[in-house]
Formats: sequence, structure tokens, C-alpha cells
Amino acid sequence: MATQTFLDANELVLNMGPQHPSTHGVLRVILNLDGEKILGTDCVIGYLHRGVEKIAENRTYPMFTPYVDRMDYVASISNGLGYCLAVEKLMNLPAPPRAEAVRVILTELNRIASHLVWLGTHALDIGAITPLFYTMREREEALKIFENYCGARLTTHAFRIGGLQYETYDGFEEQVKAFCDAMEPRIDEYETLLTGNRIWIDRLKGIGILTAAECKQYGVTGPMLRAAGVKWDLRKAFPYSGYEKYEFDIPTRENADTYDRYIVRMQEMRQSVRIVRQAVANIPDGPIIAKVPKVVKPVPGEVYVSIEAPKGELGYYVVSDGTNQPYRVRVRPPSFINLQSLEKMAKGALIADIVAIIGTIDIVLGEVDR
Amino acid sequence: METILSHPLFLPFVMTLVIVFGFPLLAGYMVLVERKVLADLQVRLGPMRVGPHGFLQPIADAVKLLIKEDIIPEDSDKSIFWFAPMISTFTALTSFAVLPFSASLRVADVNVGILIVSAMSAVGILGIILGGWASNSHYSLLGALRSAAQLVSYEVALALALLSGVMAAGTLSMVQIVKNQQSQGLWFVFDNFGFMIVPFVCYMIAAVAETNRAPFDLPEAESELVAGYHTEYSGFRWALYFLSEYAAMFVVSSVMVTVFWGGWLRPFPNVNWLEIPFNYAFPAILFIGSGVWCFPMSKRLPYAPHRLFLIVLALILIGIGGLFLIPMVNLAIIDIFWFFFKVSVAIYSLIWVRGTFPRFRYDQLMNIGWKVMIPTALGAIFVNALIGMAKS
Repeated sequence: MATQTFLDANELVLNMGPQHPSTHGVLRVILNLDGEKILGTDCVIGYLHRGVEKIAENRTYPMFTPYVDRMDYVASISNGLGYCLAVEKLMNLPAPPRAEAVRVILTELNRIASHLVWLGTHALDIGAITPLFYTMREREEALKIFENYCGARLTTHAFRIGGLQYETYDGFEEQVKAFCDAMEPRIDEYETLLTGNRIWIDRLKGIGILTAAECKQYGVTGPMLRAAGVKWDLRKAFPYSGYEKYEFDIPTRENADTYDRYIVRMQEMRQSVRIVRQAVANIPDGPIIAKVPKVVKPVPGEVYVSIEAPKGELGYYVVSDGTNQPYRVRVRPPSFINLQSLEKMAKGALIADIVAIIGTIDIVLGEVDR
Repeated sequence: METILSHPLFLPFVMTLVIVFGFPLLAGYMVLVERKVLADLQVRLGPMRVGPHGFLQPIADAVKLLIKEDIIPEDSDKSIFWFAPMISTFTALTSFAVLPFSASLRVADVNVGILIVSAMSAVGILGIILGGWASNSHYSLLGALRSAAQLVSYEVALALALLSGVMAAGTLSMVQIVKNQQSQGLWFVFDNFGFMIVPFVCYMIAAVAETNRAPFDLPEAESELVAGYHTEYSGFRWALYFLSEYAAMFVVSSVMVTVFWGGWLRPFPNVNWLEIPFNYAFPAILFIGSGVWCFPMSKRLPYAPHRLFLIVLALILIGIGGLFLIPMVNLAIIDIFWFFFKVSVAIYSLIWVRGTFPRFRYDQLMNIGWKVMIPTALGAIFVNALIGMAKS
């Protein structure tokens, strides 16, 4: 590939990753550089491939639930929710209202936790080392709620097909409310550190622009799409798990750059707090799990269920052949599809920008490679 | 014996030895302070394991670095790779020669002291460029290129900012600059009806860039270039780069203190009645207070030797505080106290800045350097020259 460079010098090929501080795991990006300017990028993925979709074909439906947590391990509860909803739809076995409310609370707390990890690492990539520790402090509180609820902090396996395994613990509502009360001033604190910071604005404004049309071409979803001005949120568009009962806004921005994605995610955290407050205020009484047969054996058929995960549209396509094991499970991971836009966004940027751009996509390599 | 002690080269010689052998230790403790201050900003504890509150961490780090395997990459230019960190360390330590720690304590009073400091920091870049080039690694090369561009541009702003201070003092000698502040009874940062604050701020920003520290730490931006120019360095050679970086930090802070903050002078150096509060009460309260503070802290430590260590440290601090109350001793050490106190304040603010701001991008850094800093520093020279002329 002969590309015109400054002074006709040879282009410099820089191999960034798979072991690099800011590729968020084992992403490998091969950069073609002209000085500091990026002429082209080449993404190499698959270093964390574990064959999750193939494993699904050799496990029964309930046995596969813990595996989905290992895909997007930062937002494992969302993954579990998506899979459980898919199998429930396949079996026509809706979860009871109490289970739905608890699912919404935990999923939204997980969204906050996921966005906190994103904020901390993104700020660290840009060079602000301090916000990381603040966000980890708040994430810890969310993880404590998960731990009290189901014993695990990261790969929680919180939900079961048909509802929940566990009843909420004593003091669950109070702890969630206390978290919501603490979270709002904390988000203000992050915003004082970053939102109006001149260096932060200079580094993010106008970087990694991906317009609404381009987002649609790539299939990009989630905060990246909303930062381009498209009011698209699956929680509103195709409500699941009782999201239609809660009032919340879809934050959108117009400029489709890294800064707008930052603003959108910050506002999403506020909206999540709002949803959690409404959900925790009236958790209905009743059973926590539907009448699930001992052996989960759906009738032959196929189903696609997608939810709004923190990173975008997370879809599960489950095909049943009538046995107790799925015939095929295909995951539509938001990170993997959002990552495809990296080359488009990075072209013509500087090395420092590619770090910001990788950060703004908010990838989790476990989900990209599966 | 008498002849040796009274020899004109005796004090400079002893000072040189103290700096060359003492500064590595000081740098180690600067690292500890930096880690502790950053930890404080980041709601965590920082090093806590080696000694009470991590007090012996620098020693442990130094030992670790010394006994580490010395790796020289196969494809590197070995002699230059070997030599480059020495250039950086040598130049950084040479700058110490002209720093006046007190009215009499210094290696040399050169009549072009400031020129030597800026010349040495300019030559120090060579160590970084050569190190990055000799590593034969892309990350190192990019780091070295950035570093060269950055240092050359900010060198200009730095020198122009210093020029205002030199104009106010009318001399290039570091000792004479402080003495002139004493005779005017005013730190130069407040001189010219407060207009000197502009070159002071310029100097401070340029100094952060000059020492490659956040938010201008592009040459070693760890999230982009892994570790920049010293990516391939390890062990003691890496420690030399580290040493030179902290030496540079100390030197720019010292120059700032000398030119703008009145060097070894106390605040309001000519107001006599302030001598008791500033020269006696303040240092004594500072040292005795921190000493006394150690006692309740020691109770919380779980390990008995650590408690004992902290109590001994507390007694030493109280002892030093007591020394400041003896007029004879006070006279000898108060200048050094004020110099190091001000340098500590300057270094603390450098660390504070690092903990607060994100990093600039390469082109933004250049824009600020050439389009903001240099014109501002030039304008400051013009304005301060006019005010100086009007005053005289």
C-alpha cells in the first residue's frame, strides 16, 4: 500500500497492543503513521476468543446462563438479563412482576457501574489519573449490593430463566436508596473535575466524529448513536422487563464527537439513578420466579431478543430444536459492532486521539471476542 | 587542618559531595511524597508496607532497581544506549552547582548562574533524544521526538519568563538576585505593582512542560506511548532517567523560588517585628506539630517496630523544631529552612497539578507554547520594562 506521506518518507508501522496500557484488554491495533498522524488502522481481535457460542450448543439452557456473564464482564447483569429474556420468550414464560422490578434495579445499577468503569478508564487514557479512583469508589458500593444479593460481585449470575433465584435480602431497598442518594452528588463531582475542564474539552471536542448516517451504516448503537442525535433506546423502543412503567429521558447530543458521548453517558447515569429510584419505591409483592419446568425444553423455534446494554444493543438469537440444549445461540455484542467504526473515526487523527477514540467506544474485549 | 577548612574550595567541594550522594536519597523521598500526595488526592493510602506509612519505600525501590537484571535490547545502539542516561543525570546534577540554598551555602556563585541552569536543561534534552533513538523502538522514538520538540519550544518561553525576573534584579547571578530582593524588601513576584505575576505564571507553566510532567507529560504518556523514550530502559539505567527527572523538578522549583519567591528570604524580609513569628514560631510549630502528630498516628500501626520507628521519627522532628528556638542555631539554619520550605510548596503544586488535569495533545501543546506562552512572556517583558523605567 503506497500512501503519500509528508516528504515522501516511509510510513511508520506501529503495533499497538495486544499488550498496551490503553487498549482496554487485548485489542491489537496496527497503526500506519506519518509522524504522529494516523494514515490507517488495522484491528486485530480474537485474543480473548473462548468460543462462548459453541459452548452454548453443548450445555442445557440453565447451564449456559453463567457463561453469558463472562462476555461483557463489566456489565454481566445486562448479559444475563438478555439471555434469560430470550429463553423466556422462547418458552412463553414471562417473569413475575416482582422479579421484573428487581431485574430493572440490578440492571440499572450495573449500567451505572459499567459507565463508571468507562469514565475512570477513559479519563485515565486522556491523562486524568484521579477520576479513576473516585469512580471505583462508587462502583464498589454498587458491587456491594450485588454481593449482598447473590454473593458475586463481577460475574454475578443474578438472574435465572423465569425470574430470580433469590429473594431480595433485608435492607435491600435501603441500601439501593442510599446508593442513589450518594450517586447524584458524586456525578456532579466528576462533572466539576472534567466537564468544564479546558484540557478535557480540547482533547475531546471534534475527535472521532461518527455522524448519524455513518452510525447506521456500521450498525453502531448505544451512547455512540445517541451522541449523534438519534433518539434510539431499546428500553423505550421495545420495552422489556417492565421498562414502560418508568419515567426517564433518552439523553441525546448533536455533534457526534467524543465529548458528546461523554456527556450522553454522564446523563445516562443520572437517568439510571432516576429509574432505580422509581423501581425501588414500589417493588410489587408476589413470587420471584415463574413456574419453570424441571427440564427447560422449549418447543422448536427461534427467537431474537435485544436489550439496551450499557454499551448498546445486546441481542440474543436462540434457536431451539426441541431438546434441552439450544441448537444455536448467536450473540449480537454491542462492543464488537461498535469497534468496527474505529478505522473510520481514527483516520487522520493523531496518536493521542486514537487512545481517546478507543476509550469512547467503550469496548470490553471479552464481549468483542467472546 | 586549619588550612584545609579555610581553603576557598573546601565548602564547594563538600557541598558537591553532599549533592551528588544526597540527592538520590532526596529524589527517592520526593517520589514517596509524590505517591503519598497523589494517594491523598485519590482517596487511597499509597505505599504503606515498607516501614511505617511506607517511610522506607524509597530505600526498597532503590535496592530493587540496583539488583535488577540490566537489559540492553539486541538491536539497540549499545554504546549510546549505555551513555544516554548519564548525559541526563550529569546535566541535571550540574545545575545544582549554582543554586543558592542560603546566603552562604552553595557550590558556586557564578555571575551567569541562570544561564548555566537553562543551558544545562537544554543539553539534558540530548540524553532523552539519544536514549529514545538508541533504543531502536517506535515508542521510544516517538517519545524522544515529542520530547525534543516540546523542550525546545518551552525552553524559549521559560527563558523569556525568567528574563523579566532578571530585569527586575539587574543581574544573572542567583545569589545577587536574592540579595536584590532583600534590599528592595519585596519578592519579585509582587514587584512592578503586581505585574511580575504574569511572567511568574508563565514560568510556572513552562516549568511543568520543561520537566515533562502532567499535563505536559507527552514524551512519556503512558496511555499512548507506553513509557515514551525510556520504554526499553530498565534497572539502574532507568533509575538514572528517573533521577534526572526529579533533579530537573527540583532545579526548576529552586529557580522559581530564587527568582520569584525571594530564595532563602522569609516573607516580608525587612519587616523586623515579623522575625519572631516567621523565623521562630513558624518552623518550630511546623516541626514540633508534625512530631506530636506522629504519636497518635503510631498508636494505629499494627506492627511494633513500625510504632517504634515512628516515635523515633517524632522525637527527631521535635528535636529539629527545638533547634529553631535557639537563636544561635536559628540564625544558621533559618535560610535553609525557608529555601527548602518554598521548594516543597512548589513541588507540591507540581504534584497537585498532575493529580488534577488531563494530558494535552501534541499539537495543542505546541499551539500553547508558541501562540500563547511566548507572546505572553514577551509582552510581560515589555510591560515590566516600561514599569521598571517609570519607577527609576
